[in-house]
Amino acid sequence: MSKKMIVSAIAMALLATNAFADGHCASGKTLEKGKFTIATGNPAYFPWVLDDAPESGQGFEAAVAYAVAEEMGFSKQDVIWVRSSFDEAIQPGVKNFDVNMQQYSITSERDQVVDFSVPYYTAPMAVLVGAGATNTSATIKALKGLKWGAVGSTTAVQKIGSSVQPDNAPLLYADNADVNAAITANQIDAAMFDLPTALFLSAVMIEGSKVIGQFPSSESDNADQFGMLMEEGNPLKSCVDEALNTITGNGILASIEAQWLQDTTGVPLIK
Amino acid sequence: MTRREHYEQQQRRKSLIIAAISTIFVVVAVIIFVPMTPGWEKVQKSFFNATVLAKTFPKLLDAFKVNIMIFAWSAPAIAVLGLMIALARDAKAPALFPLRIFGAAFTDIFRGVPVILTVYLIGFGIPGLGLPRPWNSPFIWGSLALILTYSAYVAEIFRAGIDSVHPSQRSAALSLGLSERQVMRDVILPQAVRNVVPSQMNMLIALQKDVSLLSFIGPVEIFRQAGVYKSLFANFTPYVGAAIIFLIVTIPATRYADYLMARQMRERR
Repeated sequence: MSKKMIVSAIAMALLATNAFADGHCASGKTLEKGKFTIATGNPAYFPWVLDDAPESGQGFEAAVAYAVAEEMGFSKQDVIWVRSSFDEAIQPGVKNFDVNMQQYSITSERDQVVDFSVPYYTAPMAVLVGAGATNTSATIKALKGLKWGAVGSTTAVQKIGSSVQPDNAPLLYADNADVNAAITANQIDAAMFDLPTALFLSAVMIEGSKVIGQFPSSESDNADQFGMLMEEGNPLKSCVDEALNTITGNGILASIEAQWLQDTTGVPLIK
Repeated sequence: MTRREHYEQQQRRKSLIIAAISTIFVVVAVIIFVPMTPGWEKVQKSFFNATVLAKTFPKLLDAFKVNIMIFAWSAPAIAVLGLMIALARDAKAPALFPLRIFGAAFTDIFRGVPVILTVYLIGFGIPGLGLPRPWNSPFIWGSLALILTYSAYVAEIFRAGIDSVHPSQRSAALSLGLSERQVMRDVILPQAVRNVVPSQMNMLIALQKDVSLLSFIGPVEIFRQAGVYKSLFANFTPYVGAAIIFLIVTIPATRYADYLMARQMRERR
């Protein structure tokens, strides 16, 4: 092949990719042209993101993010990661991300202020107990008598109030690490988390703790579905939804889930 | 009316009119121009949302009771401990020198560390040693963190009050045959405490706000409750609601402190 031909072949290839990108649903709708900016937590926790390094694509949410990006026509290099808190995500000003992915539960109240993609994971709520309460049986009656805790910004707070209705008012914390500290200090017996987070905390972070039960995910108030958060009215939503629907349909999402999230069927249902 | 009085009255009237005009101008400008900003509608929806405020305000008031409770038992403890630290730093007998060192170290440490760090370290650290319930309660240890920090500040104010009593009073009292202890208790302290009441009022106001820092170690007081609603509604209005409740308490308190301060100034003149 002559030099000329190689050059023209490369040019053709570039043109083709350009044409492809231009024709794609997401073109011109992202913050930065040709780039897809995704926000995650600071820090981002396992098993959602491995080692707080989403760029690696390791961890459930990181892997889903790259799968969605690829489906939307972005290469791995075109994905930019930023960090954001919950408050930054819902503040009324300009956002520094196209989508924000950190186990945001979709609720109708939140949906009025921001947009959510279709869900990429349905998380059952689970009960994590400290070393002193591992013998508690997985019944609502037994759970009522425990001293409860949760992260104040999560839907777990509502779940404790609606499903468990404990005898003592729960204590609420700013993040997982503080709940961890409270369980370790025996200030609370039990904490409510989504199941993957609970399994991780119990296995790695909190010595002697145990996930004693999960709430059946069929329960109407327990449809804790995680969605990608976007600015209200973001035109990108339809593209993100389309991409998520595609990877759900072709089984990619399920295989990512199988790879990164433990089999959760071993945890008994709470009666 | 003398010519001078007439002139002064005119001047007063003039400045009153100017003050009124400039105030009206500023208020009107805020009312007209802020809503003209492009983001106003969104800001209004997420910070000043009447529906969300109505839904959350009663619960916020309820949570504020927790603040009042923590404040109510912390404030007296702070007053007592603060006074003791001040007296320790003021101990004159050579044998009590260790007490002075302790007082100085105490104020240095607890004034130097941010309150939130003290709350974290004591609130999670001491219960972590393995205390049984209910003695590991975050209410106890969180309050202790507040008490220690605020005592350090309050002690310094008391010390300033003690120093503000002229040394001649001490000499005079001693020469009348009073013991050191009697001089402090009956002569110096009554004046010292009176002198610093307005400054201590400001500490009370600050404490009232800092009670919210206990939310970091578990207690669901007004700030945490507002945060829960913020997350639930994805709306910052509950924080504005909490701010309103704080202001309802702090504005009268600040005004009262100002009044005490002004009265003291008048008396000293």
